[in-house]
Amino acid sequence: MWPAIGTTALGLYLEKLAGFLLPPQALERDAPRRIAALLPIALLAAIVAAQVLASGRTVQLDARVPGFAVAVLLLIRRANFLVMVVSASATTALVRYLGWMA
Amino acid sequence: MQALAETTTVAPFDGWDIERRVLLRTALYVALALAVYGVSFSALAVSSGFSFAQTCAMSLLMFNGASQFAFVGVLGAGGSIVVAVLSALLIGARNATYGVRLGPLLGVRGPRMLLAALFTIDESTALAVAHDRPGDRGRAGRFGFWSAGIAVYLLWNLAAMGGALAAARIGDPRSLGLDTAVAAGLAGLVWPSLRDSTTRAVALTGAAIAVALTPVLPAGVPVILAGLLAVAVVMLVERSRTMRAPSLRQLRAAA
Repeated sequence: MWPAIGTTALGLYLEKLAGFLLPPQALERDAPRRIAALLPIALLAAIVAAQVLASGRTVQLDARVPGFAVAVLLLIRRANFLVMVVSASATTALVRYLGWMA
Repeated sequence: MQALAETTTVAPFDGWDIERRVLLRTALYVALALAVYGVSFSALAVSSGFSFAQTCAMSLLMFNGASQFAFVGVLGAGGSIVVAVLSALLIGARNATYGVRLGPLLGVRGPRMLLAALFTIDESTALAVAHDRPGDRGRAGRFGFWSAGIAVYLLWNLAAMGGALAAARIGDPRSLGLDTAVAAGLAGLVWPSLRDSTTRAVALTGAAIAVALTPVLPAGVPVILAGLLAVAVVMLVERSRTMRAPSLRQLRAAA
Protein backbone atom coordinates (compact mmCIF):
# COMPACT_ATOMS: atom_id res chain seq x y z
CA MET A 1 0.00 0.00 0.00
CA TRP A 2 2.91 2.39 0.70
CA PRO A 3 3.96 2.73 -2.99
CA ALA A 4 0.38 3.66 -3.91
CA ILE A 5 0.22 6.27 -1.12
CA GLY A 6 3.59 7.67 -2.20
CA THR A 7 2.61 7.83 -5.88
CA THR A 8 -0.68 9.58 -5.12
CA ALA A 9 0.96 12.04 -2.72
CA LEU A 10 3.70 12.89 -5.24
CA GLY A 11 1.19 13.20 -8.10
CA LEU A 12 -1.10 15.49 -6.09
CA TYR A 13 1.86 17.66 -5.05
CA LEU A 14 3.13 17.96 -8.62
CA GLU A 15 -0.37 18.99 -9.76
CA LYS A 16 -0.35 21.78 -7.17
CA LEU A 17 3.21 22.85 -8.04
CA ALA A 18 2.53 22.77 -11.80
CA GLY A 19 0.16 25.71 -11.42
CA PHE A 20 2.92 27.87 -9.93
CA LEU A 21 5.31 26.96 -12.74
CA LEU A 22 2.89 27.52 -15.61
CA PRO A 23 2.80 30.96 -17.26
CA PRO A 24 -0.21 33.08 -16.16
CA GLN A 25 -1.61 32.91 -19.71
CA ALA A 26 -1.95 29.12 -19.39
CA LEU A 27 -5.61 29.33 -18.45
CA GLU A 28 -6.71 32.00 -20.83
CA ARG A 29 -8.31 29.39 -23.04
CA ASP A 30 -11.81 28.62 -21.88
CA ALA A 31 -12.07 24.85 -22.25
CA PRO A 32 -9.26 23.71 -19.88
CA ARG A 33 -10.48 26.09 -17.17
CA ARG A 34 -14.07 24.90 -17.52
CA ILE A 35 -13.03 21.26 -17.39
CA ALA A 36 -10.87 21.83 -14.31
CA ALA A 37 -13.77 23.60 -12.59
CA LEU A 38 -16.48 21.08 -13.53
CA LEU A 39 -14.55 17.81 -13.21
CA PRO A 40 -14.30 17.78 -9.39
CA ILE A 41 -18.02 18.57 -9.10
CA ALA A 42 -18.90 15.66 -11.40
CA LEU A 43 -16.47 13.29 -9.66
CA LEU A 44 -17.57 14.25 -6.14
CA ALA A 45 -21.25 13.89 -7.05
CA ALA A 46 -20.46 10.47 -8.55
CA ILE A 47 -18.60 9.44 -5.39
CA VAL A 48 -21.50 10.60 -3.21
CA ALA A 49 -23.99 8.60 -5.32
CA ALA A 50 -21.79 5.50 -5.14
CA GLN A 51 -21.25 5.99 -1.41
CA VAL A 52 -25.03 6.16 -0.78
CA LEU A 53 -26.34 3.58 -3.26
CA ALA A 54 -23.58 1.17 -4.26
CA SER A 55 -22.60 -1.88 -2.30
CA GLY A 56 -19.77 -3.54 -4.19
CA ARG A 57 -21.25 -4.09 -7.64
CA THR A 58 -24.92 -3.96 -6.64
CA VAL A 59 -27.17 -0.94 -6.19
CA GLN A 60 -28.76 -1.22 -2.79
CA LEU A 61 -31.30 0.93 -0.93
CA ASP A 62 -30.51 0.63 2.77
CA ALA A 63 -30.11 2.74 5.95
CA ARG A 64 -27.73 5.08 4.12
CA VAL A 65 -30.62 6.54 2.07
CA PRO A 66 -32.66 8.07 4.95
CA GLY A 67 -29.39 9.36 6.49
CA PHE A 68 -28.39 11.05 3.25
CA ALA A 69 -31.91 12.46 2.82
CA VAL A 70 -31.47 14.18 6.19
CA ALA A 71 -28.12 15.58 4.98
CA VAL A 72 -29.72 17.04 1.82
CA LEU A 73 -32.58 18.53 3.83
CA LEU A 74 -30.14 20.21 6.22
CA LEU A 75 -27.99 21.45 3.33
CA ILE A 76 -31.07 23.08 1.78
CA ARG A 77 -31.85 24.69 5.13
CA ARG A 78 -28.22 25.90 5.35
CA ALA A 79 -27.51 24.08 8.59
CA ASN A 80 -24.05 24.07 10.15
CA PHE A 81 -21.63 21.56 8.54
CA LEU A 82 -21.04 19.64 11.76
CA VAL A 83 -24.76 19.46 12.61
CA MET A 84 -25.49 18.20 9.09
CA VAL A 85 -22.85 15.44 9.13
CA VAL A 86 -23.70 14.27 12.65
CA SER A 87 -27.49 14.23 12.01
CA ALA A 88 -27.02 12.28 8.79
CA SER A 89 -24.84 9.60 10.34
CA ALA A 90 -27.01 9.42 13.47
CA THR A 91 -30.09 8.79 11.28
CA THR A 92 -28.34 5.94 9.48
CA ALA A 93 -27.07 4.52 12.77
CA LEU A 94 -30.56 4.67 14.29
CA VAL A 95 -32.27 3.05 11.30
CA ARG A 96 -29.65 0.27 11.41
CA TYR A 97 -30.01 -0.16 15.16
CA LEU A 98 -33.80 -0.52 14.80
CA GLY A 99 -33.21 -2.99 11.97
CA TRP A 100 -35.60 -1.21 9.61
CA MET A 101 -33.46 -1.35 6.48
CA ALA A 102 -30.77 -4.03 6.29
CA MET B 1 9.13 59.88 5.07
CA GLN B 2 10.07 56.69 6.91
CA ALA B 3 8.58 58.03 10.17
CA LEU B 4 5.40 59.07 8.43
CA ALA B 5 5.03 55.60 6.88
CA GLU B 6 5.47 54.02 10.33
CA THR B 7 2.93 56.22 12.05
CA THR B 8 0.36 55.48 9.36
CA THR B 9 0.89 51.72 9.46
CA VAL B 10 0.82 51.35 13.26
CA ALA B 11 -2.19 53.61 13.72
CA PRO B 12 -4.69 51.80 16.00
CA PHE B 13 -8.02 50.48 14.66
CA ASP B 14 -7.05 50.96 11.05
CA GLY B 15 -8.87 48.94 8.38
CA TRP B 16 -6.04 46.43 7.95
CA ASP B 17 -6.05 45.57 11.63
CA ILE B 18 -9.73 44.67 11.49
CA GLU B 19 -9.44 42.85 8.19
CA ARG B 20 -6.51 40.81 9.48
CA ARG B 21 -8.57 39.66 12.45
CA VAL B 22 -11.52 38.78 10.19
CA LEU B 23 -9.19 36.77 7.94
CA LEU B 24 -7.69 34.90 10.89
CA ARG B 25 -11.12 34.11 12.30
CA THR B 26 -12.40 32.90 8.93
CA ALA B 27 -9.31 30.71 8.47
CA LEU B 28 -9.78 29.20 11.92
CA TYR B 29 -13.48 28.56 11.38
CA VAL B 30 -12.85 26.87 8.04
CA ALA B 31 -10.09 24.77 9.60
CA LEU B 32 -12.37 23.67 12.47
CA ALA B 33 -15.16 22.66 10.07
CA LEU B 34 -12.67 20.66 7.99
CA ALA B 35 -11.26 19.01 11.12
CA VAL B 36 -14.61 17.24 11.57
CA TYR B 37 -14.15 15.99 8.10
CA GLY B 38 -10.56 14.92 8.82
CA VAL B 39 -11.77 12.79 11.71
CA SER B 40 -14.27 10.98 9.47
CA PHE B 41 -11.56 10.48 6.85
CA SER B 42 -9.14 8.73 9.17
CA ALA B 43 -11.91 6.70 10.84
CA LEU B 44 -12.90 5.49 7.38
CA ALA B 45 -9.26 4.81 6.41
CA VAL B 46 -8.52 2.78 9.55
CA SER B 47 -11.75 0.81 9.21
CA SER B 48 -10.85 0.07 5.56
CA GLY B 49 -7.63 -1.55 6.74
CA PHE B 50 -5.07 1.26 6.54
CA SER B 51 -2.55 1.43 9.43
CA PHE B 52 -2.24 4.43 11.77
CA ALA B 53 1.02 5.48 10.06
CA GLN B 54 -0.48 5.18 6.57
CA THR B 55 -3.55 7.19 7.56
CA CYS B 56 -1.43 10.01 9.02
CA ALA B 57 0.94 9.92 6.03
CA MET B 58 -1.99 10.34 3.63
CA SER B 59 -3.22 13.45 5.42
CA LEU B 60 0.28 14.93 5.80
CA LEU B 61 1.46 14.29 2.23
CA MET B 62 -1.64 14.24 0.02
CA PHE B 63 -3.37 17.08 1.90
CA ASN B 64 -6.45 17.08 -0.31
CA GLY B 65 -9.61 15.87 1.43
CA ALA B 66 -11.68 14.88 -1.59
CA SER B 67 -8.74 13.00 -3.17
CA GLN B 68 -7.98 11.21 0.10
CA PHE B 69 -11.63 10.12 0.43
CA ALA B 70 -11.70 8.91 -3.17
CA PHE B 71 -8.46 6.97 -2.71
CA VAL B 72 -9.60 5.24 0.48
CA GLY B 73 -13.17 4.82 -0.77
CA VAL B 74 -12.17 3.03 -3.98
CA LEU B 75 -9.82 0.66 -2.15
CA GLY B 76 -12.36 0.11 0.63
CA ALA B 77 -14.98 -0.87 -1.96
CA GLY B 78 -12.57 -3.44 -3.40
CA GLY B 79 -11.38 -1.36 -6.36
CA SER B 80 -7.89 -1.68 -7.85
CA ILE B 81 -4.89 0.44 -6.81
CA VAL B 82 -4.58 1.99 -10.30
CA VAL B 83 -8.22 3.14 -10.19
CA ALA B 84 -7.73 4.53 -6.66
CA VAL B 85 -4.63 6.54 -7.67
CA LEU B 86 -6.32 7.76 -10.85
CA SER B 87 -9.49 8.96 -9.06
CA ALA B 88 -7.41 10.86 -6.49
CA LEU B 89 -5.31 12.54 -9.19
CA LEU B 90 -8.32 13.46 -11.36
CA ILE B 91 -9.97 15.15 -8.39
CA GLY B 92 -6.71 16.95 -7.55
CA ALA B 93 -6.25 18.28 -11.09
CA ARG B 94 -8.15 21.46 -10.23
CA ASN B 95 -5.31 22.46 -7.87
CA ALA B 96 -3.13 23.12 -10.92
CA THR B 97 -5.54 25.88 -11.96
CA TYR B 98 -5.33 27.39 -8.46
CA GLY B 99 -1.55 27.71 -8.69
CA VAL B 100 -1.82 29.69 -11.93
CA ARG B 101 -3.99 32.21 -10.11
CA LEU B 102 -1.99 32.17 -6.86
CA GLY B 103 1.50 32.43 -8.36
CA PRO B 104 1.38 36.13 -9.30
CA LEU B 105 -0.64 37.02 -6.16
CA LEU B 106 1.74 35.38 -3.67
CA GLY B 107 4.93 36.26 -5.58
CA VAL B 108 6.80 33.34 -4.01
CA ARG B 109 9.96 31.59 -5.20
CA GLY B 110 12.23 28.77 -4.02
CA PRO B 111 11.39 27.07 -0.72
CA ARG B 112 8.42 29.38 -0.09
CA MET B 113 6.89 28.38 -3.41
CA LEU B 114 7.36 24.69 -2.54
CA LEU B 115 5.53 25.28 0.74
CA ALA B 116 2.81 27.39 -0.91
CA ALA B 117 2.21 24.54 -3.37
CA LEU B 118 1.57 22.11 -0.48
CA PHE B 119 -0.96 24.53 1.02
CA THR B 120 -2.78 25.02 -2.31
CA ILE B 121 -6.27 23.69 -1.60
CA ASP B 122 -9.85 24.87 -2.20
CA GLU B 123 -10.10 26.80 1.07
CA SER B 124 -6.76 28.68 1.01
CA THR B 125 -7.33 29.60 -2.63
CA ALA B 126 -10.88 30.74 -1.94
CA LEU B 127 -9.78 33.01 0.91
CA ALA B 128 -6.88 34.43 -1.09
CA VAL B 129 -8.94 35.15 -4.20
CA ALA B 130 -11.88 36.58 -2.24
CA HIS B 131 -9.61 39.17 -0.60
CA ASP B 132 -7.37 39.92 -3.57
CA ARG B 133 -7.75 43.48 -4.82
CA PRO B 134 -5.42 45.88 -6.55
CA GLY B 135 -5.71 48.52 -3.78
CA ASP B 136 -3.43 46.86 -1.21
CA ARG B 137 -0.99 45.13 -3.63
CA GLY B 138 -2.39 41.73 -2.65
CA ARG B 139 -1.58 42.03 1.07
CA ALA B 140 -4.97 40.75 2.29
CA GLY B 141 -5.02 38.01 -0.35
CA ARG B 142 -1.58 36.74 0.69
CA PHE B 143 -2.48 36.88 4.38
CA GLY B 144 -5.71 34.96 3.68
CA PHE B 145 -3.84 32.27 1.77
CA TRP B 146 -1.20 31.65 4.41
CA SER B 147 -3.56 31.77 7.40
CA ALA B 148 -6.04 29.35 5.81
CA GLY B 149 -3.25 27.10 4.50
CA ILE B 150 -1.44 26.86 7.84
CA ALA B 151 -4.58 26.62 10.02
CA VAL B 152 -6.18 23.92 7.85
CA TYR B 153 -2.92 21.96 7.56
CA LEU B 154 -2.40 21.87 11.33
CA LEU B 155 -5.99 21.06 12.30
CA TRP B 156 -6.52 18.63 9.41
CA ASN B 157 -3.54 16.54 10.51
CA LEU B 158 -4.34 16.72 14.22
CA ALA B 159 -7.89 15.60 13.39
CA ALA B 160 -6.59 12.78 11.20
CA MET B 161 -4.39 11.55 14.04
CA GLY B 162 -7.21 11.78 16.57
CA GLY B 163 -9.66 10.04 14.25
CA ALA B 164 -7.22 7.23 13.53
CA LEU B 165 -6.66 6.67 17.26
CA ALA B 166 -10.40 6.76 18.01
CA ALA B 167 -11.28 4.50 15.06
CA ALA B 168 -9.34 1.64 16.60
CA ARG B 169 -11.88 1.65 19.48
CA ILE B 170 -15.03 2.09 17.40
CA GLY B 171 -15.16 -1.37 15.90
CA ASP B 172 -17.67 -1.46 13.03
CA PRO B 173 -17.90 2.12 11.65
CA ARG B 174 -21.22 1.25 10.02
CA SER B 175 -22.91 0.96 13.41
CA LEU B 176 -22.23 4.70 13.87
CA GLY B 177 -23.39 5.50 10.35
CA LEU B 178 -19.90 6.66 9.35
CA ASP B 179 -20.49 5.59 5.73
CA THR B 180 -23.28 8.18 5.57
CA ALA B 181 -21.04 10.74 7.31
CA VAL B 182 -18.61 10.44 4.41
CA ALA B 183 -21.36 10.93 1.80
CA ALA B 184 -22.82 13.85 3.76
CA GLY B 185 -19.39 15.45 4.18
CA LEU B 186 -18.60 15.19 0.47
CA ALA B 187 -22.06 16.52 -0.42
CA GLY B 188 -21.39 19.46 1.91
CA LEU B 189 -18.15 20.16 0.01
CA VAL B 190 -19.90 20.20 -3.38
CA TRP B 191 -23.07 21.98 -2.26
CA PRO B 192 -21.81 25.60 -2.40
CA SER B 193 -20.67 25.16 -6.02
CA LEU B 194 -24.13 24.02 -7.20
CA ARG B 195 -25.24 27.61 -7.76
CA ASP B 196 -25.98 27.61 -11.49
CA SER B 197 -27.80 25.20 -13.78
CA THR B 198 -24.56 23.97 -15.41
CA THR B 199 -22.94 22.79 -12.19
CA ARG B 200 -26.21 21.19 -11.10
CA ALA B 201 -26.50 19.41 -14.43
CA VAL B 202 -22.90 18.18 -14.14
CA ALA B 203 -23.46 16.90 -10.59
CA LEU B 204 -26.74 15.12 -11.37
CA THR B 205 -25.39 13.58 -14.59
CA GLY B 206 -22.28 12.38 -12.77
CA ALA B 207 -24.32 10.81 -9.97
CA ALA B 208 -26.75 9.13 -12.40
CA ILE B 209 -23.99 7.66 -14.60
CA ALA B 210 -22.09 6.38 -11.55
CA VAL B 211 -25.16 4.50 -10.28
CA ALA B 212 -26.08 3.20 -13.74
CA LEU B 213 -22.56 1.79 -14.30
CA THR B 214 -22.17 0.28 -10.81
CA PRO B 215 -23.53 -3.21 -11.71
CA VAL B 216 -21.43 -3.55 -14.86
CA LEU B 217 -17.95 -2.26 -13.94
CA PRO B 218 -15.42 -2.95 -11.13
CA ALA B 219 -15.50 -0.66 -8.04
CA GLY B 220 -14.18 2.85 -8.61
CA VAL B 221 -14.32 2.72 -12.42
CA PRO B 222 -17.96 3.93 -12.63
CA VAL B 223 -17.00 7.05 -10.64
CA ILE B 224 -14.10 7.99 -12.91
CA LEU B 225 -16.13 7.35 -16.08
CA ALA B 226 -19.12 9.21 -14.65
CA GLY B 227 -16.95 12.23 -13.85
CA LEU B 228 -15.39 12.42 -17.30
CA LEU B 229 -18.61 11.66 -19.19
CA ALA B 230 -20.72 14.15 -17.22
CA VAL B 231 -18.31 17.01 -17.95
CA ALA B 232 -18.10 16.04 -21.64
CA VAL B 233 -21.89 15.76 -22.02
CA VAL B 234 -22.69 19.02 -20.25
CA MET B 235 -20.00 20.96 -22.12
CA LEU B 236 -21.19 19.60 -25.46
CA VAL B 237 -24.81 20.49 -24.69
CA GLU B 238 -23.71 23.99 -23.64
CA ARG B 239 -21.68 24.45 -26.80
CA SER B 240 -24.54 23.35 -29.08
CA ARG B 241 -26.83 25.80 -27.27
CA THR B 242 -24.51 28.78 -27.64
CA MET B 243 -24.02 27.88 -31.30
CA ARG B 244 -27.75 27.69 -31.87
CA ALA B 245 -28.57 30.97 -30.12
CA PRO B 246 -27.15 33.39 -32.72
CA SER B 247 -28.75 31.49 -35.60
CA LEU B 248 -32.15 31.86 -33.92
CA ARG B 249 -31.58 35.57 -33.63
CA GLN B 250 -30.55 35.68 -37.25
CA LEU B 251 -33.76 33.87 -38.18
CA ARG B 252 -35.83 36.43 -36.32
CA ALA B 253 -33.91 39.28 -37.93
CA ALA B 254 -34.50 37.73 -41.32
CA ALA B 255 -38.24 37.32 -40.64
